[in-house]
Amino acid sequence: MRPALFEYAVAADVDQAIGLLGQFGDEAKVLAGGQSLVPMLNFRLVRPRYLIDIGRIKGLDYISLVDGGLHIGALTRQRTVERSDLVREVCPLLAEAIKHVGHQQTRNRGTVGGSLAHADPAAELPAVVTALDAKLRVKSTAGERVLQAREFFRGSLTTALRPNEILVAVEIPSWPIGTGSGFCEYSRRQGDFAIVGAAAVMQRDANGRVARVGVALIGTGDRPFDATPISTDRLIGQIPDEANCKAAAEEIGASVEPDSDIHAPADYRKHLATVLAGRALLCAAQRAVIAGRERGNGH
Amino acid sequence: MDIEREVTLTVNGTSYTRVVSVRKLLCEFLRDDLDLTGTHVGCEHGVCGSCTILVDGHTARSCLMMAVQADGSEITTVEGLAKDGRLHPIQEAFWEEHGLQCGFCASGLLLTVHEFLSDRRDPSEQSIREALAGNICRCTGYQNIVKAVAKADRIWER
Repeated sequence: MRPALFEYAVAADVDQAIGLLGQFGDEAKVLAGGQSLVPMLNFRLVRPRYLIDIGRIKGLDYISLVDGGLHIGALTRQRTVERSDLVREVCPLLAEAIKHVGHQQTRNRGTVGGSLAHADPAAELPAVVTALDAKLRVKSTAGERVLQAREFFRGSLTTALRPNEILVAVEIPSWPIGTGSGFCEYSRRQGDFAIVGAAAVMQRDANGRVARVGVALIGTGDRPFDATPISTDRLIGQIPDEANCKAAAEEIGASVEPDSDIHAPADYRKHLATVLAGRALLCAAQRAVIAGRERGNGH
Repeated sequence: MDIEREVTLTVNGTSYTRVVSVRKLLCEFLRDDLDLTGTHVGCEHGVCGSCTILVDGHTARSCLMMAVQADGSEITTVEGLAKDGRLHPIQEAFWEEHGLQCGFCASGLLLTVHEFLSDRRDPSEQSIREALAGNICRCTGYQNIVKAVAKADRIWER
């Protein structure tokens, strides 16, 4: 037996899940798709006394178009997002990034909410929802809260979730169709966690100027690095080009404070942050349709 | 809250009901409780792909699921591929192209390839290599595995 002894319950619905969490609090772990939690259980890196399986709850598996944005239920499988025409059309950044999450065998089981609540600093989805300025809806017996993605991730494997709360949905705001996006990451092997990655979204006005931009990086610290303020300062009102995207990326690279580890030294991560943020921004700029004009590059 | 639960699941067309410890991994359940030792367990944390099986028609790492999570599921392991003493066309292709040496990774690869080919035809070499990225083989260097997948695409009537 790999995992240490625990007691297990299947929650039939959200109310039962949060009832059990209210009872057991931080002695309990929530099991969704299990693709991050089970390896840690196998290594006995986590030894919860209670495991609450939310994987059979109905009604948390959906992708809905709401006010031009997307609401995605926490138990939606990553593979379902990858195959969704709606996601490709409304949120191409998410469609592009999710292919980098593990392998198909893990995306078949892994859930969107599980990846976000696990909050691995090298995981793609936390950065994507940060760049998109998404909201995370969480629930406990005390009621619901809605948290901004940039406030949700608090450190390595640490979120703003309280011990009695579960994540029920991620709500991605409307980025008009024609918003450009780019996702770039560097990993040693396909499907591995990224050493560094960058996600960017950009909306351009009728004159081609940047109207709104969101950028977040992974692998540069203990949580996604929200480079939106830097990118906003540098690019809003500008016609984006190689020079100003690169200048923004250099400021981003200078601002991240990665640690060295066995995968890469800190200097190299800073270098990757600069290069990949620049590429993601330029890619977003090129893919963005200038409002009122035909899209030029066939994307 | 339980430390044991009864599970009923279908494996390769046969229904089984067993009482299992809630912390028993699905791969251990298949190998130790059902004696289906074709599913191989390598890394035990979802990286090597050896223990890949089909759960309700989709690939999954059987070391990343508890047996209790599979309650009610339909599972296919490598033992379920051959029918009536005849190898599955994917197995036939691996045999003919020498797509395995020691064979440890083969059962997981066969099921990964099964899902990959079941909804596409004539895959490019690049897409074959991407599909195989989650299964590690330490013997072959992948050349013959890639050839075997291309051959399986040609000979599997589907």
